[in-house]
Amino acid sequence: MTKKLLQVEELQTEFTRDKQKTRILHGVNFHINEGEVLGLVGESGCGKSLTSLSIMRLFQGTTGEITNGNIYFNDSNLVNLSDYEMRKLRGKQMAMIFQDPMTSLNPVMKIGKQLTEPIRVHLKLNKSEAREHAIAMLTKVGIARPDEIVDEYPHQLSGGMRQRVMIAMAMSCNPNLLIADEPTTALDVTIQAQILELMKKLQKEEKMSILLITHDLGVVAEMCDRVVVMYAGKVVEEASVYDLFENPKHPYSKGLIASVPKLGEKKDKLDSIKGNVPNPSNMPKGCKFAPRCNMAMPICHEQEPACLAIENDRLCSCWLYELETR
Amino acid sequence: MLRYIIKRVLEILPIIFVVSILSFLFIHFIPGDPARLVAGKDATLQDVQNVREELGLNDPIWKQYISYMGNLLQGNLGTSLKTGLPVSDMFSSRFMPSIYLTFFAMIWATIIGLLIGAISAVFKNKWPDYLGMVTAVSGISLPGFWLGLLLIQLFSVQLGMLPTGGSEGFKSYILPSLTLGAGIMSMIARFTRSSLLETLQTDYIRTGRAKGLKESVVIIQHALRNSLIPVVTIAGLQFGFLLGGSVVVETVFSFPGMGRLLIDSIAFRDYPVIQSALLLFAIEFIIVNLVVDILYSVLNPKIQIQS
Repeated sequence: MTKKLLQVEELQTEFTRDKQKTRILHGVNFHINEGEVLGLVGESGCGKSLTSLSIMRLFQGTTGEITNGNIYFNDSNLVNLSDYEMRKLRGKQMAMIFQDPMTSLNPVMKIGKQLTEPIRVHLKLNKSEAREHAIAMLTKVGIARPDEIVDEYPHQLSGGMRQRVMIAMAMSCNPNLLIADEPTTALDVTIQAQILELMKKLQKEEKMSILLITHDLGVVAEMCDRVVVMYAGKVVEEASVYDLFENPKHPYSKGLIASVPKLGEKKDKLDSIKGNVPNPSNMPKGCKFAPRCNMAMPICHEQEPACLAIENDRLCSCWLYELETR
Repeated sequence: MLRYIIKRVLEILPIIFVVSILSFLFIHFIPGDPARLVAGKDATLQDVQNVREELGLNDPIWKQYISYMGNLLQGNLGTSLKTGLPVSDMFSSRFMPSIYLTFFAMIWATIIGLLIGAISAVFKNKWPDYLGMVTAVSGISLPGFWLGLLLIQLFSVQLGMLPTGGSEGFKSYILPSLTLGAGIMSMIARFTRSSLLETLQTDYIRTGRAKGLKESVVIIQHALRNSLIPVVTIAGLQFGFLLGGSVVVETVFSFPGMGRLLIDSIAFRDYPVIQSALLLFAIEFIIVNLVVDILYSVLNPKIQIQS
């Protein structure tokens, strides 16, 4: 049995606006095994990024807070940790890379300084040791002339190089978990492939786990072992990559996979899921996907389905299967 | 860098030329006749006429301008019509006090302004923010002459700690520089607050937090420097204005500076003094702008100084 590195249980996150609380995550459940790449997919606004920010507890400057649920990571429950303990974890045991490498690096600080910050804080190295380490990390992520790059500023690097720097920074303290929030969305296609390849290579070498957040199913197929599909702040399906692409169960997953254009297929119009993600402050009753679902039954509009195991290692939250198993 | 500075300094010359023409014209368009004032109350029309001739005021304006510029190029700022003293002598005793006053005002205004702005941004919508912004709004709304009088009332009259004005060394600078800096401190505080709030929303600040840095490190080392550019712009402009001497503050505190000298000279139509003072202010303003431009490139590596 593989060991679970991260387990998220019934995670609820809310934002406050004008004293009004809006719940964005409605009880998210999933886990990541050690050495595994888990994909977290869904439309914009479904709560993928917020899930990752909740795990890292990066709510500073916002009104976001975790109101319920547990996040077990390496035997500790992150929900109960103090800010200080959380800070010791961030950047060391769990690190994060973001969507837009053009804005994720501080424009007025040299690359070397930005890279050595987590190294000095977490690994307690002195200035010159940290610099050596930073140069080694840059070499590792495939940056040419790393000893010059450390003295340059972000604007002197291309987008792909900056994302490599971000990866070097995230990997610098050898984390157990790397959270990658749409790491290739802002990059052009050839660079995307290079960055994914690099992440895959480093993941294998370091035996770390990756939580890969994306809406690009091509990236999922390329990278992930298992996939969690989220819709409107809940997990609707969890399956291995192979199962999901071969035989998606939830109508939403089916719609997602059908919307990917296939090579050699001639169509005037791409398939799409009609409608939009519901507004978090005005969620529909029952299954949140029901208003957009073409297989919706009367019960779907009344009651929310539970997330049940439907086959080995597969979970799905849909009345179609819940009625079946009953 | 050095070439850039030299280039910028050379650029001053044409600006000075234009400023000198404009100010010369404006001064001579102001109604009023210095000759009448020089000649005295009881002078006859003939006396005034003689004085005008003597001072060269009957020459056409372009001729007066050329003779003024000719003297200027030889380092001669002319002679005051009112006192008969060389203008350069009058400036030498007035110039440095104004400069000191401005520097003291700027230094405390910048330090306190940055502090209040940063604290307000970090504690947005909490009591330190409200306190800071109330201070800032007060500082900007209180007119200088009134704030000056209040300070005199409190510290000089009631407590007897500080002189009401004049030139008694460092002590005489305290109240005027407090008065002079209040508005600038407020402006810097407000700009710092809004700029820092904007910076704190950026992706690289999130990156800093995701690295596990302390919030204080994130704010001071990552956010503050990125927030300073608009603050430097506003502080530089204000500094430039202040260097011309603050007429109001210098008057309230009977402070022997350039501002008061200029006002007195305008009242007397003391053309050579006004003219030279305006030129001096223009030069100071240009130098401050140059320093601001250099500061930009220090703050933001994307701004490259090209020679």
